[in-house]
Amino acid sequence: MTSFFETTVGLPYGWAWTVATLVGILVIALPLMLAVAMIIYADRKIWAAMALRRGPNVVGPLGLLQSFADGLKVFLQETIVPSSANRGLFLLAPIITFTVALIVWAVIPFDVGVVVADINVGLLYILAASSLGVYGVIISGWASNSKYPFYSALRAAAQMVSYEVAIGFVLIAVVLWAGSFNLTTIVLEQRAHIFGFINGFGFNPLLFPMAVVFLISSLAETARAPFDLTEAESELVAGYQTEYSSMAFALFWLGEYANVILMCALNALLFWGGWLPPVDWAPLYFVPGIIWFLAKTFFFFFVFSWIKATVPRYRYDQLMRLGWKIFLPLSLTFVFLVSGWLMLQRVGVPA
Amino acid sequence: MIQTLAFYLFATIVVASAALTITSRNPVHSVLWLILAFFNAAGLMVLCGAEFIAMLLVIVYVGAVAVLFLFVVMMLDIDFTELRAGFVRYLPAGLALAVLLAVELVVGAYAWTAARIDLAKRIAPTDVAVPNIEAIGRLLYSRYLYVFEGVGLVLLVAMIGAIVLTQRKRADAKAQNINRQINRRAKDAIRNVNQPIGQGVEL
Repeated sequence: MTSFFETTVGLPYGWAWTVATLVGILVIALPLMLAVAMIIYADRKIWAAMALRRGPNVVGPLGLLQSFADGLKVFLQETIVPSSANRGLFLLAPIITFTVALIVWAVIPFDVGVVVADINVGLLYILAASSLGVYGVIISGWASNSKYPFYSALRAAAQMVSYEVAIGFVLIAVVLWAGSFNLTTIVLEQRAHIFGFINGFGFNPLLFPMAVVFLISSLAETARAPFDLTEAESELVAGYQTEYSSMAFALFWLGEYANVILMCALNALLFWGGWLPPVDWAPLYFVPGIIWFLAKTFFFFFVFSWIKATVPRYRYDQLMRLGWKIFLPLSLTFVFLVSGWLMLQRVGVPA
Repeated sequence: MIQTLAFYLFATIVVASAALTITSRNPVHSVLWLILAFFNAAGLMVLCGAEFIAMLLVIVYVGAVAVLFLFVVMMLDIDFTELRAGFVRYLPAGLALAVLLAVELVVGAYAWTAARIDLAKRIAPTDVAVPNIEAIGRLLYSRYLYVFEGVGLVLLVAMIGAIVLTQRKRADAKAQNINRQINRRAKDAIRNVNQPIGQGVEL
């Protein structure tokens, strides 16, 4: 796209790059917001179906416009800042959450070359950006100057830091096999991975347990049920969002769902072949890659909703035990096994 | 041009937020300014072409160390006037430390320019085509292998030390026994009693 602005429009390189990047950001961020609105609708419909209810069905055909009606409602509400809150930080927190949820999408490839920033530390960038997400929660909890948001912020910080460790080791196992931190390369390495025709690291017996660990950890990282202890309404009212209203609340909501979609996309990209069809068979490549990618992402979103509709909430000590005593040793063992297997393949081969 | 603009943007924010870290009255604000300084320092690293170091800075310092920092500071019960009172007392020591650091920086920069390193390779000493991570890995696992392993052992000792120092048996603590909870069945917990009227249930 940079070359288009450079040659056709006639801008100098620096400006062409800037304009091209801005266009790329808009092309990803705007549909993402639309996707968040539709995914909230899908979420509610899935829960409703599992609870034998109808779900949203009044606003627009089949209730499709429900999320937009909700958006308009919060937009028209008054923004209330509690008088004892730390005003600046109170307003900054939802902005941080929302921004961090958006910046991660810069390195997500939708197809070969369809990515804003094709950097060679892509996976590290994702880890870095997702570790920033916790600040929105901590700051909102502290700045609200209220006890339930503060408890929730402490819980959220401990939970996110704990599960990031397990996620880090899972990512290392994937990176070892792919030999790169670049997400495009990781996906291309999955082509014909098993028996020369099945695409996806997830089908590899050494990486399948890692895929399961990653799926569960991504539930915990985005604080979705059954790990939604940060906003456990029976204990903490609404957690760190308790004091928020209007657009500030909406920003938390949008950021949360953007993160959920991101984690679903990462599950699809890292283990199940991203934009590649499941099987390396020529006719399947006629379907555009982005359709495969979105279908896989939506499948994982369905799994997320399914879990939310069926599994009761964990206790906090169980959550910590799962992260530190089960996932951490398990993922560490598999990093060891994967690197051992890869070294075994190299015995006798000159480096 | 964009690189120059980005450099001045990051550099200004680093300096400004570092100054605010030590001048702001509220310690929580101090930590937040410190985090902003870390984050913009990572931006400067990216401009140097050291993207791996930049990402590590964000993941390790911003993502983990500063979170725990913030955690501790938020839960402290701090008297702000008492904090300000020590300012004059610590001023000489602080100034001495600042001068020492400045001298070290100057000496370091001088030594760097005095040595006969190839000028063009000073900022990015490896090929541009080789990713950062690979370049660092090649050095760590060949020339500096023993030093690297030594560092790993030191960290292991520090980790074990921290665990030994903080772990103590508490007589009053009640721990959850997860296996017992999982193995508990309905018949262990529920009893169906046909209780006559006017008598209490025996437990």
